[in-house]
Amino acid sequence: MNVPAYNFAYLNEQTKRMIRRAILKAIAVPGYQAPFASREMPMPYGWGTGGVQVTASVLTPEDTLKVIDQGADDTTNAVSIRKFFVRTAGVATTGKTEEASVIQTRHRIPETPLTEDQILVFQVPIPEPLRFLEPRETETRTMHALEEYGVMHVKLYEDIAQYGEIATTYAYPARVAERYVFDPSPIPKFDNPKLDDCPALQLFGAGREKRIYAVPPYTSVRSLDFEDHPFEVQRWDQPCALCGTRESFLDEIVMDDRGTRMFVCSDTDFCARNRGER
Amino acid sequence: MSPLLAAETLGKFYGARVGCRDVSFDLWPGEVLAIVGESGSGKTTLLRCLSGHIPASSGKVRYRTRDGRMVALDEMSEAERRMLMRTDWGFVHQDARDGLRMGVSAGANVGERMMAVGERHYGRIRAAAVDWLRRVEISEDRIDDSPWSYSGGMRQRLQIARNLVTSPRLVFMDEPTGGLDVSVQARLLDLIRGLVRRLDLAAVVVTHDLAVARLLSSRMMVMQQGQVIEQGLTDQILEDPQAPYTQLLVSSVLQV
Ligand SMILES: [Zn+2]
Repeated sequence: MNVPAYNFAYLNEQTKRMIRRAILKAIAVPGYQAPFASREMPMPYGWGTGGVQVTASVLTPEDTLKVIDQGADDTTNAVSIRKFFVRTAGVATTGKTEEASVIQTRHRIPETPLTEDQILVFQVPIPEPLRFLEPRETETRTMHALEEYGVMHVKLYEDIAQYGEIATTYAYPARVAERYVFDPSPIPKFDNPKLDDCPALQLFGAGREKRIYAVPPYTSVRSLDFEDHPFEVQRWDQPCALCGTRESFLDEIVMDDRGTRMFVCSDTDFCARNRGER
Repeated sequence: MSPLLAAETLGKFYGARVGCRDVSFDLWPGEVLAIVGESGSGKTTLLRCLSGHIPASSGKVRYRTRDGRMVALDEMSEAERRMLMRTDWGFVHQDARDGLRMGVSAGANVGERMMAVGERHYGRIRAAAVDWLRRVEISEDRIDDSPWSYSGGMRQRLQIARNLVTSPRLVFMDEPTGGLDVSVQARLLDLIRGLVRRLDLAAVVVTHDLAVARLLSSRMMVMQQGQVIEQGLTDQILEDPQAPYTQLLVSSVLQV
């Protein structure tokens, strides 16, 4: 039997058209959360079904796909999603950032600078940055429509009052194209500057919350801050213990059963390239 | 001079039921008007119409904006109306939990309106919060505490500070001392009276308590079954009530 069990990339063409319309709307209004009719996918929500649906809708047979989770290509989540697309779309896959045309990610933006020929797809758990202070959906919609973003600074104020600095380190809110405040998904704030003026198209899919939003190529993304407490990214005292770079986001890992710890690149592909191991 | 707020034959109906009807008055800058009545008299419905929280069924509410225009609330855009509510107006709820953000610190509660109108300097927000807490007699060392840790009276004072930080010209108050102990009420009323005078605030205060009206207001309206049955200078009405219902209220409460 040569009849494929699935349509290309699992979703049927009608569903993909619907999702592409939402993606186009999201690109047309950068940072705006476009609603879409999220479909059941053959995996749990926590696995990034929003990102998977976006990837499925932009993927072509000629694409080369890279999937990362926390910066690594070999975690369970990344491996499962990559396998899913190999099985349902038959596309080529890669671990190398510069070889990929579509990159689906959770929790990181690759260290290797992206290009105009690439699409970065983020898996988003909670798309609404105002949810923290405003549980009502009708109210958050009005706040976005009227650009009432003062409450975002209430959150940052609380950080400084409590910790002496802006303690938010993940999902750090930013303003897209000087208009919509958005949640860049749980990437470290280290990655926020990469969102800004990025040559690649960046798409964000939230499956459970049924929202898609986008940062089109070369769009300004400004992280929120105070004049006297400007936005800053994480810094480490030491370089990566494996490749020696000081330019990347480091994870602390336990090396052996004696509890030896070291700091290494969270982007495993970037680290391997620095070591000349690929 | 023209009034700050004008109600013109204002009415609110829920089907056949009357919330309030045919209410007209002018409120002048710096003037405190008390709306007095028992529960069900329509005073809270009227307050919600006046403050733009619910749309009126008939009539108009006009407000003189800072640029001197008299603008009807229902002819403003939603953006203008919401901006007005968090800059030039204040609203003090009976239950402070309705007027505060209980999930953030007292300082953030006071600073929120400043941030809403674009203040982006933490130090200045902090300084204003400290200043306003002091003005409502809350110790500076409580600035980072949650309102949950505050007593009822402190919460109410915090709610007032949160409203006044943007120097509004008009504050609506819904039973501002309701539900508090008598001694706490007295202190809060003194504080409100002092602030209103010092800041030359106009206020519309809804209360069932004639003592509150007497202490805070220069003018009052008495409501019964959705209608204003008597209005005039507070002292005059309390001294010489005309409507039988007002006479009853005055004799039953103020004799004590
Ligand atoms: Zn490395």
